[in-house]
Amino acid sequence: MTEWLLDGLLVIALVITAVAALLSRDLFRAVVVFIAFGLLMTVAWVRLQAPDIALAEAAIGAGLTGVLLLDAVSHLGSKRPGKRTQEGGEQ
Amino acid sequence: MTAPLLYALAGALLCGLGLFGLLCLSHLLRKLLAFNVMGSGVFLVMVGLPQHQGGPDPVPQALVLTGIVVAIAATALAVVLIRRYYHLSGLTTLDAEPTSREGGQE
Amino acid sequence: MIQALRISAIAIACLMFVAGLAASIWAIAGNPLPESLPQLLSENMSRSGVEHPVTAVLLNFRSYDTLLEIGVLVIAGIAGISMAKTTSLEDPELRTSDSLLYALQRWFVPLMLVLAGYLLWAGADRPGGAFQAGAVLAATGVLMRLGGIPMEFIRPGLLLRLGLALGFTVFLLVALASAIGGDAFLAYPPAMAKTLIVVIESVLTLSIAMVLLALFVSAPVNDAEDPEEGGSS
Repeated sequence: MTEWLLDGLLVIALVITAVAALLSRDLFRAVVVFIAFGLLMTVAWVRLQAPDIALAEAAIGAGLTGVLLLDAVSHLGSKRPGKRTQEGGEQ
Repeated sequence: MTAPLLYALAGALLCGLGLFGLLCLSHLLRKLLAFNVMGSGVFLVMVGLPQHQGGPDPVPQALVLTGIVVAIAATALAVVLIRRYYHLSGLTTLDAEPTSREGGQE
Repeated sequence: MIQALRISAIAIACLMFVAGLAASIWAIAGNPLPESLPQLLSENMSRSGVEHPVTAVLLNFRSYDTLLEIGVLVIAGIAGISMAKTTSLEDPELRTSDSLLYALQRWFVPLMLVLAGYLLWAGADRPGGAFQAGAVLAATGVLMRLGGIPMEFIRPGLLLRLGLALGFTVFLLVALASAIGGDAFLAYPPAMAKTLIVVIESVLTLSIAMVLLALFVSAPVNDAEDPEEGGSS
């Protein structure tokens, strides 16, 4: 019973974080929610008895993807789009 | 109905969600997020469905492990391409008109 | 109006997609399995050379997939580097120096290097292996880059090229050697399976980390102008 509760809550949380990551108005918040989604995926892999994938997902989904996307957000968000940009972006 | 099957069905839902995001969102980074959500859904289906009857199955787990590494490489390459595109055109969407729904909010 | 109509049409299409997918998953779940892969695997584990089933699948039974995977990674890495805006991938001006990060990483970098080594070593008989170790190694590199530790090896040159191609080359050489030796493509001789797997895993770790790091480092930055772009506007 407890396991079903855990699995059910995990699945609901996965879907909610996925929706929030896609529909969030703020791009930075979307990426942060996506990192949370990656961490929940890690828990899901543990629940599916796949510790190898859980390790890889923890390192990649939560670590590398997060850094990569946050770096890109700070870069893309530094100026308003629509114009050809010449001056440097503040990194 | 077992727990792996529940995850497989959740994977199907995530897959559809990612597809919707990929088609509807205009900001390229959001498309990339949607692409990743879709990939996670596929991975969940791939691992959950065989484990529904047979217990832990290392073969799909190994294949998904390969898939995750390829997905992060694809994501990283996509980020490089998006930043290059932004550098060249100043746009963060594929739409030609500058007044896009998502692009101007950041 | 047209926009809303379009979005709702796509939403309905995606819902139908999910329904179809779920229905087929439900149908497949109801059928009995034709043959049990885990059982097949546990019967053949003694021939694989390692004790952990996932590692055995990755590097022995389905090593063709892994070979193609590292090939894809190398191509992605080369494509990423060719998109780079900077001539030198490790430009001192592109570092973001933060004193807190610098203090933290003096603790983290050695710890993560040890962790990557442990994961690689653990892959033989428990969860771990080349992919996880490579990811941790790449994360270490990203941390070093963000904290401003100079990384000479990421400059385009012999070391970078060697690091990118090493995993794929060694893997392919092993595959070709076994093919020339009369066996099937990628069939290791059973006596050497363990050694070969350890060697391949080590170079795979290095190459995966290198590719991911190169893809992170080569992301174009606006204030790095290069001559051909600057002239076109």
